[in-house]
Amino acid sequence: MPADIVIDRPRHVTAEPSYVRRVLLLAALGYLGLFLLLPLASVYAEALAQGFAPYFAAITDPDALAAVRLTLLVAAIAVPLNAVFGVAAAWAIAKFEFRGKSFLITLIDLPFSVSPVISGLIYVLMFGAHGWFGAWLQAHDVKIIFGVSGIVLATIFVTFPFIARGLIPLMQQQGTEEEEAALVLGAGGWQTFWRVTLPNAKWGLLYGILLCNARAMGEFGAVSVVSGHIRGRTLTMPLHIELLYNEYDFVGAFAVASLLSLLALVTLALKRLLEWRFNRETTPKEAIR
Amino acid sequence: MSVELRGIVKRFGATLAVDGIDLSIKTGEFVALLGPSGSGKTTLLRIIAGLEFPDAGRLILGGEDAAHAHVGDRRIGLVFQHYALFRHMSVFENVAFGLRVKSRADRPSKAEIAERVGRLLQLVQLEQFARRFPNQLSGGQRQRVALARALAIQPRLLLLDEPFGALDAKVRKELRRWLRRLHDDMGLTSLFVTHDQQEALELADRVVVMNQGRIEQMGRPQDIYDNPATPFVFDFIGHANRFEGEVAGGRLRVGGVAVEGGPAGLSDGPVLVYVRPHHVEVTRPGAPGSLPGRIVQRLPGGAVHRLEVMSPLALQPVEIELAAAARSANGLTAGTAIGLRLREIRVFPGSAPVAPASHPPVDLVQPAHS
Repeated sequence: MPADIVIDRPRHVTAEPSYVRRVLLLAALGYLGLFLLLPLASVYAEALAQGFAPYFAAITDPDALAAVRLTLLVAAIAVPLNAVFGVAAAWAIAKFEFRGKSFLITLIDLPFSVSPVISGLIYVLMFGAHGWFGAWLQAHDVKIIFGVSGIVLATIFVTFPFIARGLIPLMQQQGTEEEEAALVLGAGGWQTFWRVTLPNAKWGLLYGILLCNARAMGEFGAVSVVSGHIRGRTLTMPLHIELLYNEYDFVGAFAVASLLSLLALVTLALKRLLEWRFNRETTPKEAIR
Repeated sequence: MSVELRGIVKRFGATLAVDGIDLSIKTGEFVALLGPSGSGKTTLLRIIAGLEFPDAGRLILGGEDAAHAHVGDRRIGLVFQHYALFRHMSVFENVAFGLRVKSRADRPSKAEIAERVGRLLQLVQLEQFARRFPNQLSGGQRQRVALARALAIQPRLLLLDEPFGALDAKVRKELRRWLRRLHDDMGLTSLFVTHDQQEALELADRVVVMNQGRIEQMGRPQDIYDNPATPFVFDFIGHANRFEGEVAGGRLRVGGVAVEGGPAGLSDGPVLVYVRPHHVEVTRPGAPGSLPGRIVQRLPGGAVHRLEVMSPLALQPVEIELAAAARSANGLTAGTAIGLRLREIRVFPGSAPVAPASHPPVDLVQPAHS
């Protein structure tokens, strides 16, 4: 009989010693705390610095409420439009072969690579009073720049990639076999899209919509250029926060900021939920024979 | 439904995937398309299904020209190699799909759909799995769902692409026999693609052997096995031992040894001699009419043992099958010098396209000492 073999501590070969793990973990947590959690906490601390009454007064201020309404309106227009065109672009790219496909993919990425300020400026150059279409628009009494439509356009531009970019890899990975199966079974093109393609991509789509929405509500740079900063009329929440802050109304600024960061927290929670649902549906459960 | 293919050609860029295929399938037949990967068999299946369109040739389904019929109008059942089940639908919904997408006029009522799907699930023995999702099923179960889904539209023709490719050996065997029974009971017309010769020979009424986009041979399984028309078919349909020989004055010689059993009327010139592993008889070395050889390895495999034998006259190591129970099998261990007598040979004119395999000459092979 072989002598008893004593294994002092069973551990995986790739596992580092515990002190290494602890140091790494502490470093990561400390970094996160310093740069993410602390600032977030300070938003709420500042907002509530003078108690609840001024806080509620600040967020029920008519101008603040107007900013909230405008932000919701912009997101309500930009996100559905981007969802429709994002799905169309992702569908075309993932399921069909055509010339100029990689160019289209690059084009979709353009808003990611361009500074948001420039995204705003291009609309001023096009639709502003001295822009390409400025004279024509003025003649027909259409106001885009320094108005709500300009804000919507800039937001659509900046947030376009989120949905398409999220869907393309998912749809590519799923391939076209299920669509082929649907066609052979007698389904038409639309039936195949609504019954097979879209349901398969639904978690990816929801995920994209969520990120798109978060960005649409939080966008500052592009919107700032085209907004015109008319208090109570063309200020979205981020712009309203800046305005209040520049006027030394710290409680007001941080109160509205707290609403915006609440949105971020809700987004994170929903994102986590979606990821969980998505994984549950795509990971095979134990096969039963 | 009968199928007629006439001169079907399909190119993908510069590659010729299907190179002029003529094939007809009668109603009720069970036909196998057998060939290595890249032989064009799956492309042919997809052309019949309507998922690809041929560059040339005619496709006639049930007596009607169908080259441009829309895929959804052909009423052809297709079972994909990886099943392509709708992952977000339950088993029930998968099977019901083909009925639910019918136009309002043709669509059966809800109750009727439920009843038909129930019957199909019973047929594939999955009634109790109706509410499961595809990722909760085993490979064999998924395969049966795919089949039930294809049968739901009452197909005039059933196409199966490597239907058992992704299953383990035991399940594969069971499903194979079950599918054959199903085909007979339901009076289907079926065409299936496989690269597994065993499967094709066991299952099909007729086997079509394909290579590089062309049909090499077609016929009943036994005919193909017994009378391979080309070296490719001989090689593909089972293990082949190849020897280089020569015909002179109507007599066949392999490396100076006269070999009996060649077909009559051979014209003079170099030939390739093909023989199956179970048609090589082991004799004592130097027996008349035998080729020299030395056993390299003996591979036990249950009832049938395999010998790997080096022979200076063979193009590769010779494989021999022998019944383990036979008395003559005793003493045939690695290193033993033996004689090989070839029976049931097939002779094809020509010489080896490549240089003889670079195995060391038999004399240099060291017997493995035990």
